[in-house]
Amino acid sequence: MADYYDENDLSRFAEIGKERPDLMEKFFAWYGATLEEGALTKREKALIGLAVAHAIQCPYCIDSFAQTCLETGGNTEQMTEAIHVASSVRGGAALIHGLQALRSVEKVSM
Amino acid sequence: MPLTIALPVFDAKLDAAGQFPLRAAEINTLQVNVGKRCNQACKHCHVEAGPNRTEEMARETAELVIDALRRCPQIATLDITGGAPELNPHFEYLVTEARALGRHVIDRCNLTILFVPGREHLAEFLAANRVEVVASLPYYLAQRTDAQRGLGVFDQSIEGLRLLNRLGYGQPGSGLALNLVYNPTGAFLPPAQAAIEAEYKAEMGRRYGIVFNNLFTITNMPIARFRHFLECSGNYGRYLDKLAAAFNPAAAVNVMCRSLVSVGWEGTLYDCDFNQMLEMPVEQSSPRHIKDFDLYLLSRRAIVTGEHCLGCTAGAGSSCGGVVA
Ligand code: SF4
Ligand code: SF4
Repeated sequence: MADYYDENDLSRFAEIGKERPDLMEKFFAWYGATLEEGALTKREKALIGLAVAHAIQCPYCIDSFAQTCLETGGNTEQMTEAIHVASSVRGGAALIHGLQALRSVEKVSM
Repeated sequence: MPLTIALPVFDAKLDAAGQFPLRAAEINTLQVNVGKRCNQACKHCHVEAGPNRTEEMARETAELVIDALRRCPQIATLDITGGAPELNPHFEYLVTEARALGRHVIDRCNLTILFVPGREHLAEFLAANRVEVVASLPYYLAQRTDAQRGLGVFDQSIEGLRLLNRLGYGQPGSGLALNLVYNPTGAFLPPAQAAIEAEYKAEMGRRYGIVFNNLFTITNMPIARFRHFLECSGNYGRYLDKLAAAFNPAAAVNVMCRSLVSVGWEGTLYDCDFNQMLEMPVEQSSPRHIKDFDLYLLSRRAIVTGEHCLGCTAGAGSSCGGVVA
């Protein structure tokens, strides 16, 4: 295996449903429905997708949602802000665990 | 086993949608490309226009266009494009004659042309003749517009729009139509037209104090300079797959070639400006030159298609007037 990640896999996504097409069908229907316009616009959903993609660091999702942001009329300023939100939430989540570390230290300290 | 020849991708999709072969319907527009000269040289230009191009429609050919309009009152609209159509010395002749015949006239204007020396009267000429202006503005921010159209184009375009607004263009009740064109600044599809139009209206008003009537979203066609960009950037295959995957049968029914005939600078007739640039004239059994223009025959012609046609049928479709489905 030359690479762990292959960008062509993105267009082959559906192949993962070979063994259980029924489950895959349900997944795609649900996935598609979550991204439809609703109380949030398609662009807002694409920006959320992009932010989450960065938080989970999935290169497929980053590629896909970056394109969706463009195709819903978004721009790199908006995308950058969304990525900062994802990053700051991640950073905050790490930082707040610092209290656990401090508590752990307290527990054994005189 | 009978021999079956596979149709090319676009025709196969049309066939599956019951639309093959694609045929013209009622023709209401004559779209005339008066030449390839332009004061800009945009990266996506399907005409490959630029300051060094010399092709331009001669007076005799322009007269044949007016003759065809005179003979065919059913053609309500003369849509003038280029290059920068206003650089053709017979542009004003075409406009005034077509207006005298009572036709609606569209000028596909790049906005910066309004400031080219010798063209200072242009904006007032357009307003006086009540010409609809369709102007390119691929995005409401400078960076992306300039990346496609050239450094400084955005700022000058904003000045051009302000000038047109001052003359009444885009103002409610003026009857002077100012429509903008969004086209993607790369290998991706346009957003939903209504949504981006609402955003443009808000942003153009808030940032620059500009008003306009409608925004047309246009898909980049995988031909000429844009194709070159796709190939050089390794996006060609992926872009074509994207267009094919987004094929919409409802858009196929309304593709613009069904209701217009396109005229080249030398008078040759085409199904659209894209076929014109690919040098694919109307089918052989149709009149092929403006001097032989015959509305009856042309409105029954089969359209000459190619893989690039996928650009007109992706998503909500694309035409010189925006979405079609
Ligand atoms: S896209 Fe329009 S303005 Fe740009 S080079 Fe082509 S004809 Fe000129
Ligand atoms: S590219 Fe031209 S011929 Fe093809 S579908 Fe579009 S308008 Fe019609």
